[in-house]
Amino acid sequence: MLRLLSFAVFLGVWWGAALLAGAGKLPPPPAVLAAAVAEASSGALFFNLGVTLARVALAFTLAMTLGAAIGYLMGRVRLANRLGDPWLILLLNLPALVVIVLAYIWAGLTEVAAIAAIAINKLPTAVVTVREGTRALDAALDEMATVFAIPRGRAFRHVILPQLAPYIAAAARSGLSLVWKIVLVAELLGRPNGVGFEIGVAFQLFDIPLLLAYSLSFVAVVLAIETMLVQPFETRLSRWRPRAA
Amino acid sequence: MQLEVDIASKAFTNAAGERFDVLANLNFTLGAGEVGVFVGPSGCGKSTMLKILAGLDHDYQGRVTRPNDVRIGMVFQEPRLLPWRSVEENVRLAAPRADEATLSALFDLLELTAHRSHFPGELSLGLARRVALARAFAVEPDFLILDEPLASLDDALAARLRDQIAALVDSRAVMTLLVTHSVDDAVRLGDRLFLLSPRPARILGVVPIRTPRSARGAAEISDIKAELARFSLANI
Repeated sequence: MLRLLSFAVFLGVWWGAALLAGAGKLPPPPAVLAAAVAEASSGALFFNLGVTLARVALAFTLAMTLGAAIGYLMGRVRLANRLGDPWLILLLNLPALVVIVLAYIWAGLTEVAAIAAIAINKLPTAVVTVREGTRALDAALDEMATVFAIPRGRAFRHVILPQLAPYIAAAARSGLSLVWKIVLVAELLGRPNGVGFEIGVAFQLFDIPLLLAYSLSFVAVVLAIETMLVQPFETRLSRWRPRAA
Repeated sequence: MQLEVDIASKAFTNAAGERFDVLANLNFTLGAGEVGVFVGPSGCGKSTMLKILAGLDHDYQGRVTRPNDVRIGMVFQEPRLLPWRSVEENVRLAAPRADEATLSALFDLLELTAHRSHFPGELSLGLARRVALARAFAVEPDFLILDEPLASLDDALAARLRDQIAALVDSRAVMTLLVTHSVDDAVRLGDRLFLLSPRPARILGVVPIRTPRSARGAAEISDIKAELARFSLANI
């Protein structure tokens, strides 16, 4: 209910601003909706959203899997941490644009280059977050698992993973938002389809309704994923806490 | 089956780089079905010793020989339960081979049946301690290590749990090590009492108790306590 109200306020502010600025600069909601419906009926909207989502899913999965594994290793093994730390700082501070441009130059304007570039941008933050989580692991519970001779796999699943879960969830959430943003840049610079590409086209034609139609549909998809996947997952993970924050 | 302990020394280095000895010349053996009780002042190194005997700490001078593939059941000073698993899952994780009948009996005995599906965060410390005891019993251990398992329980419950520990130890040939501050627990449960000195802990004296646990009457218990009191006064 509160969410609906907040959404209505957003629409109202938008409409008011559109009236003040003029339809040339900021089209009112119905114009954007019309553009979205037109794109949807031609199928282009769904195709481009689908393509972008697929890239997001691939890059995100790749970055999270690798990042969690490297982060766990760096949190557990001192040597791995000392070897990996300079690389991590380098990657953390490398601008996304540089990675994308270099990837396109070295690997060509290919799907692999785009996904790799997006994943590389996300990787270091996942590593850092999971490494912090690994450092915070409770040694007392490790001792318990050792004394009771709980096999490694089971101990990892029942003792280690639940402790890392909040960190993985945090990395996933911040990572998802990062990947959303970067995927559009990668598409704008070197892909022939996807939301980023369409926004680039709209920009060149100064077609603001089209630009907003794509941006907002994309935001709607993100919102849906957040409420239907990320939040229920977090709630399930923290159900053991007496009062979930 | 027996445990042979010969720890020459164990030292810690603190954050400031100072070394200090925690254990010195600990020498004893413990046979199957025997309960060794360690009594000593706070902070004398009892928990450190238990960690070494449980195989959690290998950084010491000396030798500890445990039988191969010994099944250990341990109750730590704090319950050390997994907060994200229910009471039953906590026990089952440590004892995957325990069948339903055994577990039900155990939960019944420890009055935990109503709490099987609760999470540890919802339990009082006393209940959590009982879950830790249930976990240690459920693995049907050959070697039971109890680090002040009855602390912070009310007297009536502590007495019942003490009887249950005694029953378990007598029902199977379990080597049991108990660390406690309570002379009462020590005298009622132990076969041999080891008196420890302040840090670095060494054994000041060994008091064997020959009467079987079940046959110890009030008079006998106060006799042993008196003997213990003499011992402590003479040596510390």
